[in-house]
Amino acid sequence: MSTGDEMPTTATYPEPVLRRVEVATPRVADDATALPTEVKIATEHVSVLYGDKVAVRDVSLTVQARSILALIGPSGSGKSTFLRCFNRMNDLIPGAVVRGEVCLDGENVMDPDVSVVELRRRVGMVFQRPNPFPMSIYENVAYGPRRRGQNDKRKLDELVETSLKRAALWDEVRDDLRRKSGLALSGGQQQRLCIARVLATDPEVILMDEPASALDPVSTLRIEELMRELREAYTIVIVTHNMQQAARVSDVTAFFTMAEDRAGYLVEVGPTGRIFTRPNERLTEDYISGRFG
Amino acid sequence: MTAPANQALARPSGPKQSLRRKGSRGSILADRAATVVLWGTGVLVLAILGSILLHFALAAWGVVSPSFILDDPSSTALGGIMPVLWNSIYMLVLTMLIAVPVGILGGIYMAEYAGENAVTSAIRFAEEAISSVPSIVVGLFGLILFVDDAHWGFTALAGALALTFFNLPLMTRLSEQALRAVPQEERSASLALGATKWQTIQHVVVPLAIPGLITGVILTAGRVFGEAAVLLFTAGVGTPPHYNFANFDLLNPASPWSPFRPATTLSVYIYKLNSEGLGAFKNQIVDGSAAILIAMVLIFNLGARFIGRLLTRRLTAA
Repeated sequence: MSTGDEMPTTATYPEPVLRRVEVATPRVADDATALPTEVKIATEHVSVLYGDKVAVRDVSLTVQARSILALIGPSGSGKSTFLRCFNRMNDLIPGAVVRGEVCLDGENVMDPDVSVVELRRRVGMVFQRPNPFPMSIYENVAYGPRRRGQNDKRKLDELVETSLKRAALWDEVRDDLRRKSGLALSGGQQQRLCIARVLATDPEVILMDEPASALDPVSTLRIEELMRELREAYTIVIVTHNMQQAARVSDVTAFFTMAEDRAGYLVEVGPTGRIFTRPNERLTEDYISGRFG
Repeated sequence: MTAPANQALARPSGPKQSLRRKGSRGSILADRAATVVLWGTGVLVLAILGSILLHFALAAWGVVSPSFILDDPSSTALGGIMPVLWNSIYMLVLTMLIAVPVGILGGIYMAEYAGENAVTSAIRFAEEAISSVPSIVVGLFGLILFVDDAHWGFTALAGALALTFFNLPLMTRLSEQALRAVPQEERSASLALGATKWQTIQHVVVPLAIPGLITGVILTAGRVFGEAAVLLFTAGVGTPPHYNFANFDLLNPASPWSPFRPATTLSVYIYKLNSEGLGAFKNQIVDGSAAILIAMVLIFNLGARFIGRLLTRRLTAA
């Protein structure tokens, strides 16, 4: 791990002080009690192994309902892998083993009896690269409901409209819902379409894996505004490499890093305002001030 | 010392390279040679194809006419090839009805369910082994199994099943490849929305794989049109009788719709005429038949691509 005396690291981040000033105005009160206190997700000693390689080690944290949790940390610190435990997408990776408990409303989603299909309806996911299906905009949004047997045209129309409206995309696409392919939209629109697609399945939790990293700054801001709006009704967990983004949108921030053996672990978690101004751990401070590469 | 402080960052000094030369003489030569060879290969392939088409177009000139296509064969005059042409189409449809669904389902199993283990490597080995068995051996196998042991005699069904043996490995392998070519993230997107694995395969993976699946269908169909050895021993080589298309009794061997009748195809007919034909118009009939066979393959390929595009549009609405 780099220390402050390594020249190249400092040279890459010439303005660590500015960075800190910029984020010094927290959006939420610097006090955990100001948050709603309904626990939506709780992880208990979650570890993820790929074969005999530990990717995530022993992470326990809670996510409050209708709040935004940001997972930050360097590449390889296991943030995305950890996020994928919440809707069991790690099931799809051959050789991946998840230990510990991930509880959604008190129910352990790792339980073998849990239906992943039902889980993923309640816990939606937005991926790093916008990935609309090569279908019309309408069919993209209607995909989830249709798979659950919703074929009533009136209800689907309504669902597509409300989902697109909530994702702040309706006005831009209302005229060619059925004619235009989801892939014909711009990157930012595609990502909002993917969010609308998730909203149409009526989830409670939305997981976002670096949702804006492939987008331009304007589209990024739109996604962030959207997240703040969605926070009123949904619990959101976002992985981001962009610390300003974490500071701008999240209520709580969890900082991950990796140990000598490359296993990712949780350094600390707390209200975003405090993490970015008065972190408890030296590692966190080094990372957010740019002294950690 | 007056050396600039940032000397370490300066370009290594040396004679400046002229922009006129892109590289050493050897690499330029290799580049040109590759261009010439690759162009030459392309032109050669096109020339071979073109000369075959031209040869049969010229040879068939004056032979192919509406009556050549629509008449029964005649021992005394030029006659026509209608029954064997019908049999080729019939065998194609019958074989594809069996081979396409089984091949695609097999491909889905191999691409989406099987994983990598001893069973799948055994299946892959079998696919390759059967594909490289000479077709005459597959024909003999069909002869023993269907014609003799099952007492079916020479029938269209025996031919179609033997052709399926011959084609299924190819169809399965091509389907598997087409499905594997669908990006993993499309599957993830669907599964993350709470779709089941089968729904994902049905609504995302297969629709996106259609162009590749169509390629499989076309290659398989080409082998059905062209195959003679497999069918010699299974579907029969006799000159077909006059077909009465009003007879729809599928169990009656006299009906041209029945799978339980001998069915000499165009390829087998060409082989037979060429090797043992005696009639005065033998060569004209062979040339005309070959031209029709080539035309059918072309029409089928274009038709299959067209249907594939329609299907893709319908299934993905894009």
